[in-house]
Amino acid sequence: MYPSRFRYEAPHSAAEAIRLLAAGGDNAKVLAGGQSLVPLMKLRFAAPELVVDINNLPGLSYHRADPDGTLRIGALCRHADLERSELLARTQPTMAAAAPLIADPIVRNRGTLVGSLCHADPQGDWASVVLSLGGSVVAQGPAGRRSIPMTDFVTGPFQNLLAPDEIAVEAVIPAAQGERRGGYLKLERRVGDFATVGVAVSLETSGEVVRRAGIALTGVGGSTIAATEAAAALTGHSLTTESISAAAEAAAEAARPRTDHRGSAEYKRHMVATFVERILTRCTAEPAERAA
Amino acid sequence: MSQAVDEIKIGGLGASRKRVEDSRFIRGKGNYTDDIVLPGMLHMEILRSPLAHARIKSIDASKAWDIPGVHLVLTGEMMASRNLAWMPTLSYDTQAVLATDKVRFQGQEVACVIADDPYIAKDACEAIVVDYEPLPVIVNPAQAVADGAPVIRDDKETQPDNVIYDWEVGDRDGTDRAFASADLVSKLELHYPRSHPSPIECCGSIADFNRATSKLTVYMTTQAPHIIRAAVAMVAELPEHMIRIISPDIGGGFGNKVPVYPGYVCSILASILLERPVKWIEDKSGNLISTGFARDVYLKGEMALRRDGKILAVRMHTDADHGAFFSDAQPSKFKIGLMHSAFAAYDVPVAHLTARGTYSNKAPGGVAYRCSFRVTEAMFFQERMVQAAAADLGMDQAEFRRMNFVPDDAFPHRTPFGFLTDSGQYAKCLEVGLKAIDYENFRAQQAEARSRGRLLGLGISTMTEPLGAGNSREYDILGIKMFDSAELKVHMTGKAIVRTGARGQGQGHETTWAQIVAHELGIPADDIVVEEGDTDTAPFGMGTYASRSTPVAGAAVAMVARKIRAKARQLAAHLLEVSEEDIEWALGRFYVRSAPDRGVTIQECAVAAYANMPDGMEPGLDATAYYDPPNLTWPFAVYIVTVEVDPDTGVWDVLNMVAVDDCGVRINPMIVEGQIMGGLTEAYAMSNMQFITFDADGNCVGSNYMDYLLPTAWETPGFELHSEVVTPCPHHPIGAKGIGECAAVGGPAAFVNAVMDAISGTGVRNVDMPLLPDRVWEAITYRRDVSGAPPVRSDD
Repeated sequence: MYPSRFRYEAPHSAAEAIRLLAAGGDNAKVLAGGQSLVPLMKLRFAAPELVVDINNLPGLSYHRADPDGTLRIGALCRHADLERSELLARTQPTMAAAAPLIADPIVRNRGTLVGSLCHADPQGDWASVVLSLGGSVVAQGPAGRRSIPMTDFVTGPFQNLLAPDEIAVEAVIPAAQGERRGGYLKLERRVGDFATVGVAVSLETSGEVVRRAGIALTGVGGSTIAATEAAAALTGHSLTTESISAAAEAAAEAARPRTDHRGSAEYKRHMVATFVERILTRCTAEPAERAA
Repeated sequence: MSQAVDEIKIGGLGASRKRVEDSRFIRGKGNYTDDIVLPGMLHMEILRSPLAHARIKSIDASKAWDIPGVHLVLTGEMMASRNLAWMPTLSYDTQAVLATDKVRFQGQEVACVIADDPYIAKDACEAIVVDYEPLPVIVNPAQAVADGAPVIRDDKETQPDNVIYDWEVGDRDGTDRAFASADLVSKLELHYPRSHPSPIECCGSIADFNRATSKLTVYMTTQAPHIIRAAVAMVAELPEHMIRIISPDIGGGFGNKVPVYPGYVCSILASILLERPVKWIEDKSGNLISTGFARDVYLKGEMALRRDGKILAVRMHTDADHGAFFSDAQPSKFKIGLMHSAFAAYDVPVAHLTARGTYSNKAPGGVAYRCSFRVTEAMFFQERMVQAAAADLGMDQAEFRRMNFVPDDAFPHRTPFGFLTDSGQYAKCLEVGLKAIDYENFRAQQAEARSRGRLLGLGISTMTEPLGAGNSREYDILGIKMFDSAELKVHMTGKAIVRTGARGQGQGHETTWAQIVAHELGIPADDIVVEEGDTDTAPFGMGTYASRSTPVAGAAVAMVARKIRAKARQLAAHLLEVSEEDIEWALGRFYVRSAPDRGVTIQECAVAAYANMPDGMEPGLDATAYYDPPNLTWPFAVYIVTVEVDPDTGVWDVLNMVAVDDCGVRINPMIVEGQIMGGLTEAYAMSNMQFITFDADGNCVGSNYMDYLLPTAWETPGFELHSEVVTPCPHHPIGAKGIGECAAVGGPAAFVNAVMDAISGTGVRNVDMPLLPDRVWEAITYRRDVSGAPPVRSDD
């Protein structure tokens, strides 16, 4: 690997990291898992002058639930931690379904969920999952912390709302209203491939009635797409063949795919509908997960 | 002392001996080109063209020269002043070393920087300013021959268009007559997409020219060091005895490391100019976009059939896209390699093949990727045509093959294109395969599943591959005949060293050559070391590719061991004080026929060769053998796959795969099985995901491992291997045939045939590889064939 010349800093506190970033301006990048940044630097598609490695920052490897069920994921929590998490297996069906589908086992050992959100790759899986769950990102800067809803966080392909001197320190998934159901399906050509199409569906149900629904799409547009009309087709009543079809159709309508070597636009749209239908059909067949 | 040694115990023929090379590989103690560090060594980096076709208006390297640590910037102009801007290819064409007039494919070498370290070299490459004038781009044969197509090779005065060759073989008139009398003609058009051998280790070299001795030493990733030595002597005009090519451990070759690449040439020139060692190590993208690709051939196939299923004749036309330079690695006589080995296993009375090759704005190469010179395409086309013909006749896939196979008693068999196949038990292999996959029951299951909307399919593929080029009468590369060699030195204590003209890259030569010597001499394999790859020490040979090592170099090992045994027999007669005629051989031991208890071991003979030879005998116990095979070897295999296709998504999964390989005598069964596993994995990859394509502007899609997909253990299905059919090669000294490539050659059609069988209810005749889910879904949904290489198809 022969990247362009860069300066490397590995501070031991968030305050020091923020100071370094502030001094580095637009040409500084944060390194957490490095699974996107490092390949880009290797190819010289990214050539930051300063890399601030946050792996020495204490207390960011966690993922835990608050007493009310709010899930918090620290900036150094690895994909593999989430893949093996009993908490997620018990309480977060969409996340538990997505975690083993992130990249490949080697990337999962190093890469982080928060880093994936910041990278804002339209083909990144976690952004859809967090979007479907109505999650947010906590940013820390010189002036303290602020919470940014996932709906606002990504501003375009590979672009986010963070200021140059801010670090995303945590992702937050709000507590469920009722019980969680859902899933994530991803069409990939091979383990470790980017999604040709990915679909995240997250439901919160009381009895059979869907109180909140979130559907988000990976890889079928310039950025992660929230299929809000599709979600709306599900809320306020129980899942039926008709509502599932309506949601699938609306999700396909929301997709903005392009024809490329991964498949035609038509096929990708069709796969969005197929995946929405499959996840929802499975939701009707399987018992709901109890919220923590 | 009266018994022969136990052959399996000493690691002889048939022993599944663990690979001796693995003890260093798995400890990270291999010694690859990039591991070698020489004193004062500099580093070279290549600047590549971002455009597929453009005129170079100017190159300004002044900023690169200004960077501290930069020693040399090479451009095409500088190469031209030394008559090195162009070099000959293995197919009698020329290839640009560094572009002077135009760039002709994306990734083409434009300039080189030699610097203190690779970082500086890369920075300096970025500082070179090249002014390009874009030209219209050609990415397939149809565009290449279209009216008004730009001429890519305007550097060649004798090249008015983009056609490289029009070539034919077979009997045109006879084939026409047979077609005229046919009950039915089955037609199929296919594309075997472009792929890349993609060894994990990329190409590289360290050139070390010593002004004081005038000797050039080059460490490099080559499968054929002696051919490279000859090529360097020709290209660089250096005396051959002052060139030493060392091929250290190689991290996979698969045909990619046969040709001469511009990087090698530039590192050599740089070392001569700077009088310092110059290392060039290619990165992954450089390897994928610029070095030898494979396949990229279109077929129009026709089969003349009698109503009862007998094949009367075959007609094939191929259009091959060779990229910007015709640099295929292939025997000289055959423009489209051994494409005409198609239908060698079938009793086809007459056949005709026409082949056209064209230039395009894509990387050159046309290497034999795990195959014997285009045999992979030949077998794929053959087995897809066979499936289509059986379907057109309404015949059972297995029965159609069985009735058209060359029967066991018909060998040697002259194929319709003129090859002479040596041996085989084709029907028996098929029976073993059908039984293993439970053919009859599967057909019942398939019908039952289909009634419930589930799509199951079964695909059969067979292959026979001409392996082991030469013989020297028909096979040469740039005029050098394709024989091979082995040298065996038995030391005084009965230990030995073998050197051959081949160069293993993972095939296990260090293990198997010792086993052949053990088989011939009774010396334990552990007492024999194998060394290859250094032209100053190894005997001249043509290298390792096209599954030729065991058929040719391996045969030479057996023959040289027999020479040693003949001399050892004389020594034994001397030691036992009897005449040679009274001596018998049991493995590892000579004894007196009339008194079997009186004997000497091969090790005792070795001592005598140095310490107690008879008067007048030349001392020592070593010999060299050059082996020119009387014919190619013809292994045979049957591969059968069952799949399930998801009609909603086009995703397909392999349910079972069985492989029946008859490669004659197996020297090391474990290594043979490893080769088959690897080949089947690549076959699966080819059918499913592994391809390089280009957009309409000639941008390479597949320039890194996120786009060029190699399967992992996760996707790769399990394989059931069968070894019960053994037909020894009648002309090979130990009855072995080639095996390294068979599964990669014959496997792809089995997967495609299985998917086509699963969706046969749609009337779809063909989906071209790779069978990506979207293509299968499109075929099912619209009941239409899906052809060509995505995503270029949208522009066709």
